[in-house]
Amino acid sequence: MSLLRMPEASSGRLAENVLHFGRVLRAAGMPVGTHQVLAALEALRHAGIGRREDFYWTLASVFIDRREQRELFDQAFHMFWRDPDLLGRILHMMLPRVEGLQPERDKANRRLQEAFGRGAPEAPRLEQQAEREIEIDALLSFSSRELLQRMDFEAMTAAELAAARQLIARLRLPLREARTRRLAPDPRGRHIDRRATLKAAIASYGDVIPLRRAAPLRVPPPLVILVDISGSMSRYARMFLHFVHALSNARRRVSVLLFGTRLTPITRELRQRDVDIALERVSARVADWAGGTRIGICLRDFNRLWSRRLLGQNACVLLLTDGLDREGCDCLAAEMERLHKSCRQLIWLNPLLRYDGFEPRAAGILAMRPHVDLFLPAHNLESLAELGRILAQPVAAQREEARAA
Amino acid sequence: MPQTIDELQQRLAAADYIASRGLATAAFLALRMGRPLLLEGEAGTGKTEIAKVLAAVLGRQLIRLQCYEGLDLAAAAYEWNYPRQMIEIRLAEAGGAADRERLAADIFAERFLIRRPLLQALQGDPQAPPVLLIDELDRTDEPFEAYLLEVLSDFQLSIPELGTICAASAPIVVLTSNRTREIHDAVKRRCLYHWVDYPDAARELEIVRRKAPGAAERLSREIVGFVQRLRGEDLFKLPGVAETIDWTRSLMELDRICLDPQTINDTLGVLLKYQDDIARIKGSEAASILAQVQAELAAGS
Repeated sequence: MSLLRMPEASSGRLAENVLHFGRVLRAAGMPVGTHQVLAALEALRHAGIGRREDFYWTLASVFIDRREQRELFDQAFHMFWRDPDLLGRILHMMLPRVEGLQPERDKANRRLQEAFGRGAPEAPRLEQQAEREIEIDALLSFSSRELLQRMDFEAMTAAELAAARQLIARLRLPLREARTRRLAPDPRGRHIDRRATLKAAIASYGDVIPLRRAAPLRVPPPLVILVDISGSMSRYARMFLHFVHALSNARRRVSVLLFGTRLTPITRELRQRDVDIALERVSARVADWAGGTRIGICLRDFNRLWSRRLLGQNACVLLLTDGLDREGCDCLAAEMERLHKSCRQLIWLNPLLRYDGFEPRAAGILAMRPHVDLFLPAHNLESLAELGRILAQPVAAQREEARAA
Repeated sequence: MPQTIDELQQRLAAADYIASRGLATAAFLALRMGRPLLLEGEAGTGKTEIAKVLAAVLGRQLIRLQCYEGLDLAAAAYEWNYPRQMIEIRLAEAGGAADRERLAADIFAERFLIRRPLLQALQGDPQAPPVLLIDELDRTDEPFEAYLLEVLSDFQLSIPELGTICAASAPIVVLTSNRTREIHDAVKRRCLYHWVDYPDAARELEIVRRKAPGAAERLSREIVGFVQRLRGEDLFKLPGVAETIDWTRSLMELDRICLDPQTINDTLGVLLKYQDDIARIKGSEAASILAQVQAELAAGS
């Protein structure tokens, strides 16, 4: 086998160590596969291991496949190849945690807890009237579902939250599609599919040439979702994350970032199919949950670092925030304008809209308001369904609706 | 084919491409292992350039596929020459009792095939396979990436009417991405990856010396110092190496031998391409950066 023909006499040890290094990277969260370890060994055969720098770059070119991994790789490399035992010990310390993830058990634990009534201790007590309304039977009859849809997330018990989550998971989005430049066969298309036409002509040996037609393919546009998770929003954000999770599993090209005092991308965490595990991973990622808000700063970071990567190809942006900026808003209007101009459509979901006759007075809201295409309520399930409906409409119709509202 | 990383780095340098050790290693491995090289990085850091230089250094043909949204098979791999096929059918008809079975086979023969970059790269000279540059892969859509997988993994391409076309020897493939979206993991898995970073001051100075040979030494140093500091600023779009070279050349056109605040303000548009960025740097900010750079250079010499 080729990888046994290593340049050094100690090749066995080297191969072993590279393998071990691959495991370390995997344990640290990098998606390292066997093929990469094999490729690394082959690469080392070519590059040699004479210089530490070359060794570094050889392994880097094989193990890294996105820029964010550079730092992790760098640290792991310097620790591992200076003193593999040191890292081995660290790995050993990490392993129980990594292996202990065991999603199934965790999930069961949480659900067990909930079953014993200790779940969601942060749920605020309901006023008496609401208390009477929420006597739902376990099967969730039609009428009780109706009731749920109009309840504010902020006033839901653990049981209701669970029911609402299920409802959200079942929510189907009739998503609007965007026209691409790619053609697909379509009998009523405006373009002529020459290849198919010729093929059809050959079938009759050129006696008749039946025109085959094609039309531009339609695909759902990329969706970028920015969720405010500051203190005043935390309750909504949690619920909205369930919606986002359902969304990102149902369609491709959905990117999600959370912001409070800083931006946290959670797209990868949300790919996990099970919503409980996904949200658990999200909360492990987030350091500024239910803290302050710095909308302006966060939007600036997004514009600077993420917009070019995420807003290509006609992306739509969903912004979930109450617009209450804790830090004054000198840059807020400018950053909103930039965001608005770099995406196809900017939709702002604001839970404050629930109050009838809501008038934006907060400076943050006034600064942001002129730069959105759509301004929608997002405080209960009914409006999330509304959101799904709006997202599925053509742009022109949406503008009409926004004007009417 | 270079035997060591050093050799490759020297040969690239001889062709005026100053590669970092990391990039040289990745390129060397790509050549030796016959794997595609995926380069990501900000615009203007020399991703496209290295493919061109590699082709020149190795004496290979460069085949470039510029990606764009909606790029399809017909533009990327091959296309049938429909007008000629139609004529062929008509001719056969006019000729009377032509053998219809044969006509069907004739129509989809190799001579009616128009070769686009991917097919050209697979059918290149087997003694010296070409360099295939797939530029700005992030601009295409996912269906094209999926198609590219077949080409990149086995260096073969299926044409339903003709069968599978295999490369006699694999081309050297360089893919670049500006990262306006994430490239699919399956494509990445087949490639060697390198993030092309902005060069450090020493390397950038060397690049400027080579690409703008007539520039005064002091001017080059000041330019590099200025650009390096600018990259530490909070800007929407940082200047790349391409901008540094352009700026040096434009200052040479203006017969400058050193930087001064007025000249910087007048030519800032060569370096920064966003109005917000220009407004931020112009004036006092530029003057203060220049003062720092000059102080640093004075302290150094």
